[in-house]
Amino acid sequence: MSQHHLILRIISKILIPPILLYAFYVQFHGDFGPGGGFQAGVIFAVGIILYALVFGLEGAQKVAPPSVVQVFMAFGVLLYAGVGVATLLLGGNFLSYDVLHPDLAHHSGQHYGILAVELGVGITVASVMISLFYSFAGRNAEIDDEDW
Amino acid sequence: MFDAILPHLPILQVIVPLIAAPLAMMIWRPNAAWGFTLVVTWATFGLAILLLQQVLAQGVIIYELGDWPSPFGIVYQVDAVNAFVVLIISSIAALVTTYAREGILKEIQGRNQTLFYAVFLLCVSGLLGVTITGDAFNVFVFLEISSLSTYVMVALGAQRDKRALSSSISYLIMGTIGATFFVIGIGLLYMATGTLNMADLADRISNLGDSRMVRAAFAFIVVGLGLKLAVFPLHLWLPNAYTYAPSPVTAFLAATSTKVAVYTLMRFIFTVFGTRFAFQEATLMYLFMPLALVGMFIPSLVALYQVNIKRMLAYSSVAQIGYMLLGISLASVLSVSAATVHLFNHALMKAALFMALGAVVYRLGNASIHTLQGLGKQMPWTMAAFVGGGLSLIGVPLTVGFVSKWLLIQSAFEADMWWLALLIVLSSLIAVLYVWRVIEQAYLQPIPEGRAVKEAPLSLLIPMWVLVLANFYFGIDASLTTRVATQAAEGLLGMGGAP
Repeated sequence: MSQHHLILRIISKILIPPILLYAFYVQFHGDFGPGGGFQAGVIFAVGIILYALVFGLEGAQKVAPPSVVQVFMAFGVLLYAGVGVATLLLGGNFLSYDVLHPDLAHHSGQHYGILAVELGVGITVASVMISLFYSFAGRNAEIDDEDW
Repeated sequence: MFDAILPHLPILQVIVPLIAAPLAMMIWRPNAAWGFTLVVTWATFGLAILLLQQVLAQGVIIYELGDWPSPFGIVYQVDAVNAFVVLIISSIAALVTTYAREGILKEIQGRNQTLFYAVFLLCVSGLLGVTITGDAFNVFVFLEISSLSTYVMVALGAQRDKRALSSSISYLIMGTIGATFFVIGIGLLYMATGTLNMADLADRISNLGDSRMVRAAFAFIVVGLGLKLAVFPLHLWLPNAYTYAPSPVTAFLAATSTKVAVYTLMRFIFTVFGTRFAFQEATLMYLFMPLALVGMFIPSLVALYQVNIKRMLAYSSVAQIGYMLLGISLASVLSVSAATVHLFNHALMKAALFMALGAVVYRLGNASIHTLQGLGKQMPWTMAAFVGGGLSLIGVPLTVGFVSKWLLIQSAFEADMWWLALLIVLSSLIAVLYVWRVIEQAYLQPIPEGRAVKEAPLSLLIPMWVLVLANFYFGIDASLTTRVATQAAEGLLGMGGAP
């Protein structure tokens, strides 16, 4: 395996870091330009999936072990909901970001709130994409007739 | 502390199980995840009781998410109907969790056990969200959260029977078609009115008058929800999904998921569209009523011939949905309150029955009618619970089944349709037949040779009997449920502006 597809391997080695970096750009620039958590998560996951396609599933699973991916999947949701709970605890309604940083003139509370929420979306989307790929790539053989 | 959470009850209702779901997933030990789920579902039940009290005392509660005011942002709007359905869902969720531990340990393996609790909590939160929200698109989102998690829960039955996988797929296909139709309907409504808030929609539709687009939206929404709630010709996914799902899942689904769809249908028909246009009225009269009547009889007759008792009860669920639809189609305060009461009552009886069957499956591995032979002597408490639930299903006086049928028959007389009352009684007679089949096998047949089974463990029996006793309690003292349901029906018909 390691002797074949030399060009593919070199090119993807060159491409993967910019892909991951671009994912972060889309993530954190999401409130000023097109982008946001969902797109960023997908791009980030593409970096890992490309690695798995070219260098094999085992290598990718060393970088992102399935159990860790599962934890991140849950963590993203928690981050999103956690922002909502934080606003509740600070005395506002659920997800009313203004209470996070009560500077109403510049809406900076809104800014921090959406940033954290989108980060949660990004983490969950990336982990879900990766674990979807794992479960398809690591699938066992077809079910036998007798199993039915 | 207590005062601090009171204004946030509507959102906490949804958010507590929603946050608990990923947490449960991160707990790797099945028993710990179960304990956690147990605490969360009972807490949700407590919140639901507080919410219902608050609504009955203060009237409609409106909660703005992110402080965006009503027609622009998403609001949660809670009145007597929502609060009542929320109470049904959360109470059944709490009891099913109490019941689930042993069954899940046996029917699901390894890591999937903890994942099951995460998915279960997601489903609970989705169902509660559908019920509580006042935003039409939000309904769709939560409907999909609950449906997707339901497909997973049905598929988890694959360890006991591989057919769970194919029934989950067919449920997924039908459910997705339903959701698509529903969202197309919402889209058309948005095109016609430019709003997604239910109260605002109702307002604008009544100003807009009758138009072809509103009619199309109405048709799409009714068909989409019809698939979700398994109205008679659209029910094909239901029997398989209920039969092959793990037993605690069946008990939960039978008691809650179709109920939420019925609630959503009532909300859209009465609150959003209103019944004052000829088209809507004709739909109720010439589409819903015949379907309800056919639905009361054909699935009951099919139930008579089932060998698998879980499947038999699933068909009986389809028939029971006929009664609810009949209540909706008569569109009077009495009939709608009958339908609402039946939501609650049917949840009680079906959860009790499926829990009893779950105990049989727990001990004997299947729910075939031949397995039940002589079981009345070997598992007396379980079978007695089945008889209790069965009596309620038939509608014997002093059970909740009688209360809903009595109200339904009264509303039939009120609408001058005495023949409807006759049909309701006739269809109940079919229920007598299929419940009797089970009783005959369990009590009058000898115990098969060489079979030694013990009674089900207490953790299964206690929630089961709580439900059976609730069947009788609310059957004898129906004042609480009928009062809430009447208030709910008045709210539904009043807000939509009955003629």
